[in-house]
Amino acid sequence: MSQPLIELRAITKTYGQGQAAFQALRGVDLQIEAGEFVAVMGPSGSGKSTVMNLLGCLDTPGSGEYLFQGIHVEQLDRNQRALLRRQCLGFVFQGFNLLARTSAQENVELPLLYRGEPAEVRHAAALAALAKVGLAEWAHHTPAELSGGQQQRVAIARAIVTNPLVLLADEPTGNLDSQRSHEIMELLVRLNQEQGITVLMVTHEPDMARYARRIVHFVDGLVHRDERNPEAAPCC
Amino acid sequence: MLLNALLLALREIRRNLLRSFLTVLGIVIGVAAVITMVTLGNGATRMVADQIASLGSNLLMVMPGQRLGPGRDSAGAPKFKIADIEAIEQQVNGLKAVAPVVGSAVTLVAGTQNWSSTVSGTTNDYFVVGNWRLAAGRLFSEDEDRAGKAVCIIGNTVKKELFGNQSPLGSSIRVKTFDCEVIGLLAAKGQGGMGQDQDDTVLMPLRTAQRRLTGTLDIGNVMVSLKDGTNSTVAMAQLRSLLRERRKLADNVDDNFNVMDTKQIAETLSGTIGTMTALLGAVAAVSLLVGGIGIMNIMLVSVTERTREIGIRLAIGALEHEVLLQFLIEAVALSAFGGLVGIALAFVACLGLSALMRMPFLFNPGINLTAFFFSAAIGVIFGFVPARRAARLDPIEALRHE
Repeated sequence: MSQPLIELRAITKTYGQGQAAFQALRGVDLQIEAGEFVAVMGPSGSGKSTVMNLLGCLDTPGSGEYLFQGIHVEQLDRNQRALLRRQCLGFVFQGFNLLARTSAQENVELPLLYRGEPAEVRHAAALAALAKVGLAEWAHHTPAELSGGQQQRVAIARAIVTNPLVLLADEPTGNLDSQRSHEIMELLVRLNQEQGITVLMVTHEPDMARYARRIVHFVDGLVHRDERNPEAAPCC
Repeated sequence: MLLNALLLALREIRRNLLRSFLTVLGIVIGVAAVITMVTLGNGATRMVADQIASLGSNLLMVMPGQRLGPGRDSAGAPKFKIADIEAIEQQVNGLKAVAPVVGSAVTLVAGTQNWSSTVSGTTNDYFVVGNWRLAAGRLFSEDEDRAGKAVCIIGNTVKKELFGNQSPLGSSIRVKTFDCEVIGLLAAKGQGGMGQDQDDTVLMPLRTAQRRLTGTLDIGNVMVSLKDGTNSTVAMAQLRSLLRERRKLADNVDDNFNVMDTKQIAETLSGTIGTMTALLGAVAAVSLLVGGIGIMNIMLVSVTERTREIGIRLAIGALEHEVLLQFLIEAVALSAFGGLVGIALAFVACLGLSALMRMPFLFNPGINLTAFFFSAAIGVIFGFVPARRAARLDPIEALRHE
């Protein structure tokens, strides 16, 4: 497979209009191979979250090309993009974004429900995903009954329950203390290594970025530096 | 997909019990208030209309004496005689029936019971004029009329006071100095338009009352009912000129009798009913509006939370129409449920209140449907439209919604 999993070509994105317009991305080129663990770093306003949202099809680019397995994503309509999210992508957000008053298991089952999986398959897959993140015992608790670290692990379980090609994490440790942060990062590394899930993570904490094997630095809407991280332990 | 959406919708309703309850409550109150108001209004209107109908339609009351009021004297006015009745019957056009009435307040005794009531001596025409029907027994025979026999027909109240639950037919009542055989029982009419008990009455042949109660050939007043389509103004004018002529009144002398038209009273009351109905309609419209605003508020208050929820669903792969279907089902289910509960509540309230106020309970399908669909439409629109707006956002905007 000479073709990269993800390829961005001269992507731009502008927020607002006229005088107030702010160009968040100014022609980003980026290639990501299957199986990589990439950390995206950069100061506030550098465009790192914007690029993550574009990669996740949560937002649409102003111009440029976005190829996912050779498919021109920028030409897809809303429903096709939703289907791409459904089939290939998993999300982890800084704010967890779990459904309130809904048990961990039901939160994790939700993506499978939209895929139309039957109930037995959903239950089994959700429990398996929760076991992978170490929350098998907590399946029936609602987010309000879980700690921040646990909520984020439920969110990760929800993201991986569909066996996605790519896991997109936007500041997954931003709301957690350092010990929980390291636990989350170790979980992501394990998923990357054991399941071969491609992980893309936005962070501004160098400590967290160290877990990644490749670190992309964004400055002012452009890729500033793209480096291998020899420190990243092949761990475990 | 429909099943999934149904499952998700019901799950959301169950999970957000307070919100669901408030939405349903808004619709229940709105629907129940409007239906109860209009149904009770209809009942009251019907009650008043029934009372007017029980007066007899197109009825003229002719009484001796000048128009009542300050400085008027009715004491010296001559009474009517039976000849006046015959003249009216023959010379005024468009009459259905003419009933002379001799009234007298008496104490009635039957067995050990006694009761004060009013006796009216009259003819069988009285039943036509007063819209009376018999519950049991028979009218006066020609023979009884002519001979002035001691027979009587009693109203429901008199029967209850003197005979309780037993049939009064064939029993006799002591009226002043003579015994009177009960030959008929009037069908109950209930309260009159002025609040008097119309069933507290005893009827006997005119001649019987004249001979045995008043001792004169005078007739107290005359009740005249007009045929349908008769112009009451014309009939009144004819009646008036006939009586003036028979009483030999000069042109410059006031009437020494008085003609009243119950149709005029009825028209006045009908106007009042019209006003009442319009007022009720306005109150109902306001209740619907207030109920609608209540529903709208609850729906809109939860928009922020729901917008984020929609963002999450879209992010993890839900299609726009899947999310919308779920929200639509949710809104429809809550609104329909609230509407049905409202209708049931209104039904119970109307039954109870009509019984309490002694009014007829008229089920009005129109207002039930109107209230149900109006509230349901508001529930669905305000539950669905904000959701549709949110589902059309890019997922990231929905997620960021504050």
